[in-house]
Amino acid sequence: MDVMRLRGLVRKESRQIIRDPSSIGIAFFLPVLLLLIFGYGVSLDARHVPLAMVVEKNSPQATALVSGFNQSDYFLPIPMRSIQEAEQALMERRVDGIIWLRHNFARDLLTGGKAPIGVIVNGVDSNKARLIEGYVTGVWFNWLERMTEAQGRKLNVPVTVEHRVWFNAAVRSRDYLVPGLIAIIMTLIGAMLTSMVVAREWERGTMEALMVTPVSMKEVIASKIIPYFILGMGGMLLSVLMAVFLFQVPLRGSMWPLIVSSSLFMFTAINMGLLISVAAKNQFVAGQIAIVITFLPAFILSGFVFDIRTMPVVIQWLTHLVAARYFVDILQTLFLAGDIWPLFLINSVWLALMALFFLMIIKKKSRKLLE
Amino acid sequence: MLRKIFALMKKEFRAILKNKKTRMVLIIPPIAQILVFGYSASFDLNKVPFAVYNEDPGLASRQLLARFQGAETFHLVDTIDHDDGIAPLINEKKVMLVLHIGPDFTRNLSKGQPAKLQVILDGRNSNSAMISLNYVRNIVMEFNRHWAALHGGHHVPAQLVVSSWFNSSLDSHWFIIPGIVALLALVVTLEVTALSVAKEREAGTFDQLLVTPMTPLEILIGKSLPGFIIGFVEATFIITMTILWFHVPFRGSFLVLYLGIFAFLLSAIGIGLMISSISVTQQQGLMGAFLFLVPAVILSGFATPIENMPRFVQYITYLNPMRYFLIIVRSSFLQGASFDLLWNLYWPMALIGIATLTAAGMLFRNRMY
Amino acid sequence: MSAANERHPVPPGNEDDTILSVTNVSKRFQVGKRTIHALSEVSFQAKAGIVTGLIGPDGAGKTTLMRLACGLLVPDSGSITVLGMNATKDALKVQQSIGYMPQRFGLYEDLTVQENLDLYADLHKVAVKDRPARYEKLLHMTGLAPFTGRLAGRLSGGMKQKLGIACALVSPPPLLILDEPTVGVDPVSRRELWEIVYSQVKEMNMSVLLSTAYLDEAEQCSEVVLMHEGRFLGQDAPEAFSSKLVARTFVIHGRGDGNKRELLRKLSDHPQAVDVIILGDTLRLVTRTSMNGQQAADTFAIDQKLWKIDASKPRFEDAFIDKLQQHREQTGATKRGAITAATVKKKNDEAAIVVKDLRREFGSFVAVKDLSFTVGRGEIFGLLGANGAGKTTTFRMLCGLLPATSGTLQVAGHNLRIARAPARAKIGYMAQKFSLYGDLTVRQNLNFFSAAYELRGKRQKERIQWALNSFELAEIQDNDSDDLPLGYKQRLALAAALMHEPEILFLDEPTSGIDPLARREFWSHINALASAGVTVMVTTHFMEEASYCDNLVIMARGQVLAAGSPSELTARYRSPDNPEPSMEDTFIHLIEEFEQQQGKNS
Repeated sequence: MDVMRLRGLVRKESRQIIRDPSSIGIAFFLPVLLLLIFGYGVSLDARHVPLAMVVEKNSPQATALVSGFNQSDYFLPIPMRSIQEAEQALMERRVDGIIWLRHNFARDLLTGGKAPIGVIVNGVDSNKARLIEGYVTGVWFNWLERMTEAQGRKLNVPVTVEHRVWFNAAVRSRDYLVPGLIAIIMTLIGAMLTSMVVAREWERGTMEALMVTPVSMKEVIASKIIPYFILGMGGMLLSVLMAVFLFQVPLRGSMWPLIVSSSLFMFTAINMGLLISVAAKNQFVAGQIAIVITFLPAFILSGFVFDIRTMPVVIQWLTHLVAARYFVDILQTLFLAGDIWPLFLINSVWLALMALFFLMIIKKKSRKLLE
Repeated sequence: MLRKIFALMKKEFRAILKNKKTRMVLIIPPIAQILVFGYSASFDLNKVPFAVYNEDPGLASRQLLARFQGAETFHLVDTIDHDDGIAPLINEKKVMLVLHIGPDFTRNLSKGQPAKLQVILDGRNSNSAMISLNYVRNIVMEFNRHWAALHGGHHVPAQLVVSSWFNSSLDSHWFIIPGIVALLALVVTLEVTALSVAKEREAGTFDQLLVTPMTPLEILIGKSLPGFIIGFVEATFIITMTILWFHVPFRGSFLVLYLGIFAFLLSAIGIGLMISSISVTQQQGLMGAFLFLVPAVILSGFATPIENMPRFVQYITYLNPMRYFLIIVRSSFLQGASFDLLWNLYWPMALIGIATLTAAGMLFRNRMY
Repeated sequence: MSAANERHPVPPGNEDDTILSVTNVSKRFQVGKRTIHALSEVSFQAKAGIVTGLIGPDGAGKTTLMRLACGLLVPDSGSITVLGMNATKDALKVQQSIGYMPQRFGLYEDLTVQENLDLYADLHKVAVKDRPARYEKLLHMTGLAPFTGRLAGRLSGGMKQKLGIACALVSPPPLLILDEPTVGVDPVSRRELWEIVYSQVKEMNMSVLLSTAYLDEAEQCSEVVLMHEGRFLGQDAPEAFSSKLVARTFVIHGRGDGNKRELLRKLSDHPQAVDVIILGDTLRLVTRTSMNGQQAADTFAIDQKLWKIDASKPRFEDAFIDKLQQHREQTGATKRGAITAATVKKKNDEAAIVVKDLRREFGSFVAVKDLSFTVGRGEIFGLLGANGAGKTTTFRMLCGLLPATSGTLQVAGHNLRIARAPARAKIGYMAQKFSLYGDLTVRQNLNFFSAAYELRGKRQKERIQWALNSFELAEIQDNDSDDLPLGYKQRLALAAALMHEPEILFLDEPTSGIDPLARREFWSHINALASAGVTVMVTTHFMEEASYCDNLVIMARGQVLAAGSPSELTARYRSPDNPEPSMEDTFIHLIEEFEQQQGKNS
């Protein structure tokens, strides 16, 4: 590497970036836009779930139960006159579930008979259905407690479950989705920024002029990585700031592991983009490959929303090829849990290995020849 | 007119299917994606890794834990005997939860006093945490029922009788896989249409086409049909896979479903062609398609419910055809919904399709150079 | 890499030293299913201290040869020595010692002039203290000094080309290699380029190797290497080539009523004719053997009452055509006849195209300013101008591809602003570049376009058969059109535009990049169509091709500079110094006058 040549090339690349609004847009505008869309758009918590309340015969106990649902933040109870009406509403997707208290509910309760509370949930969105089930159980349990207390007894349950959720006591899904999103968006940004830059030189004929100078391909590659790395880190910083200040995600880890892992990841993503670019030699093909191999795999296979631990083993192996997976892990931990070194180290080593692997192929693929 | 449209359609098909690469793009990714996503995109947990911290020497705690060890959904990774053991296991993601049983568990239980099972969960993925907590509760509930039956004394006056309609075992594959029909149909149709005009513009052949006596309407139809047919075939393929390979029940009518596919493809093609007519180069077409696709997938309800989104984002989703089709396809599969339950989902897609197709046709000729 | 700034000195010794030596070089490429023999057993040597021109049409192998010399490609066999170094093995050393400008100049269009120079100075490791002097010299020489802060993309074609050369010369190389430096550049800039090149040769004793497809430029080189389809055809001084044709070239003037197109057809069918072309009102004839004017008239049975035959000075192009014909005959190819075209019925004498006060604005920019002209039926009408003159915009409006801002546009009797569809059925259009579907076969393309033009049944079959026969496409009808050589693509494009027997044919830069023989063949088709009554409207930047037209308009900045027949236009600039001004001379004069006037006005 020669300092004067490298400096000249880096300066050239930086000037091109500054003059080309699209790369600035990809680096800064796109992450903000995507983070806004995703951050607000993606949430797995259920709030204000419309619930049909069918009370066939009024009684103090039934009213107490209904008011329990009314007070819950999770539900938006809608009184209905008959089960038929409620079922129709469920079919039409106007409500997500039904609470059904039959006319003999109060009588059975007082006579000590079994008084079943009917709960019907729409199982199409199974995840939501499961959450609703959990919330309904909670309301029911509270009601039981209050009722037994009112009778001057204590509710007698053999084993009670007491849970503590570490790192995310409020169980806000956004807190883990937003750090994951940063990883996915940055995969995309890194690859999109660089996937076209070498291809562009081929297409415009400037690569040919460049090659007939004493420049070495190492210098050309380095000059592509340096400015885009800086640009990508700028986008990363912006995303982290948005996560902390706009989405109020706690950042419990310390700064420098965040910087180190972000740099490592950005380096990997940029190398991946460059590899695409070097292999494609055509901006169009490069763009297409970048989108196909980054977005959907990062979305589905990175553990950002679907937990990797529950996937079939073969697919778990497959996820090791997705760079975003390591960064998702690091970021979720850094944001919510703090500095957990073993996890940080393992994932960093994987990222470094991937970056080196990409760099090796880039070097092999970029010979100073036109064929 | 028909002959001209047919000739254009034939030409489009030849151009798409002749090239080995484009042929591959249409065949390989759908198969790979339905297989990979079909198996991986799931909210269900199985083999939840957990550790046990049992301070109770009694029999009852062992009986309770045996239920966890026997369950399909749980997988015992480690047993610890000290408080300090919890943090490393959870921090390093070796386990998703730790079950802690205090020293007086069996004693309390036999005295008829409440015995506590403490669950410590990794909240980094709060959704997984909540789901696994539900599993824990279900097992404990079973245990309680069993215990009460044996030892009596305890009686809960009002039981919950939960039934979930349409998906009684709450298998999330049933939710995700029909959604892939919408996802892949959208991706493939956009891929075929978003570049079709831009490619011709770049090659200069679009001018050649415009100087023939073909009208913009004829060009529009000729360009739409291949995307339509390909989208149709791909959707049918994925539906077949969903039913025969993944065994997701199909309870509705194919007429209802395919009417939805028709409207959905119409809107997807309209959007694709509009993007294509605005772009000068294929590159721009690709970018445009991408910038539409990403928010369209995220804000469709494919993985996360639309109702959770802020109100203004929910309004935006009304412009997203995938939002409507997802409901149609899921309702057709699981709910067996009939046309009268879904009719208000068809016309928005048709409207989007007609509007975008009209815009595309107008942009063919009158765009500024 | 550290010693990169030390350019290898010019090899010592006299001027006869060889700077480039090519020995038995062959190179093949695979394009689709077709193997292209880019170079077959080429051997020659270029001397130091002079300008050597690599001359040949597209596909001759010029670019491949230059890339091999720069070490950017590896030959399949043979070897190339540049400045005494093997270009393949010592590629990096060769690259340190040469200046190279690829096609399209290889500039970063989003960098300014100064930034481009800085980049190449850094890459060649020119010491910072030496730079100001070197920059000043280069900027002065290229006339770019006032534009150092301008983005390269905003420069005109001519200025880009000069900047490209300046970048290649940043650290003065002993050998300068220029690949088609004059493509897409207006004639004025072309002249200036040659001045720069010669100043370098003189001052720095630089050796120059440049390639060009413009045959008239060959005469500017000290030595010429002729190439065709990857083969070496000859090497000599340019005069030496043309001097072999003394007494074989003639100019035929019409005395009045003679039909030049009929004469052209008659002459081209004659075995004694090597080449016949129409130049304005005259015909130019190259014969197989030497003879005088009378003998020529006898040999070709030319009626001297109608035509006057004069001997003419041979040009380099004549020699090139002669060489190509010889080569073609050796390889067994035959001359092709012109196509047959059904005669278009002349509906009264209404004009084919009427343009009045045509105007087109893009925002505040006026691309076409109040243009007016009329084209008669059966006429070949040319639209000439440099890049950005507005000819493509005009052309697109005439074809109905772009709406006019104001003015009248009448094509084939239809007002284009109201009735676009009926007008379109009567026109044929052949776009710049090859613009048929590359991924369809020849036959599928013809099928598609005939259907698009509403042909059906028997008539469709007939027309397709006609196209396959007339343009000799039958043999390759199942090949993908992308894989065809350029000349075939050209024919296919013309065939597709003629499927529906249009009354008016629009040709946008139809012959750029194809070899002179194919170009002649193409024009023989055009002439046949014109004599059958088809109106042909053509844009071109080949000044020589302009002379093939009956009438033409020369445009600059959206305005008409001059209109008339080629001979009328050239006659304006006849002077004692230049008794027979070429179309190019005329064009340069017109542009200069226009620029002066603009300067005065502003």
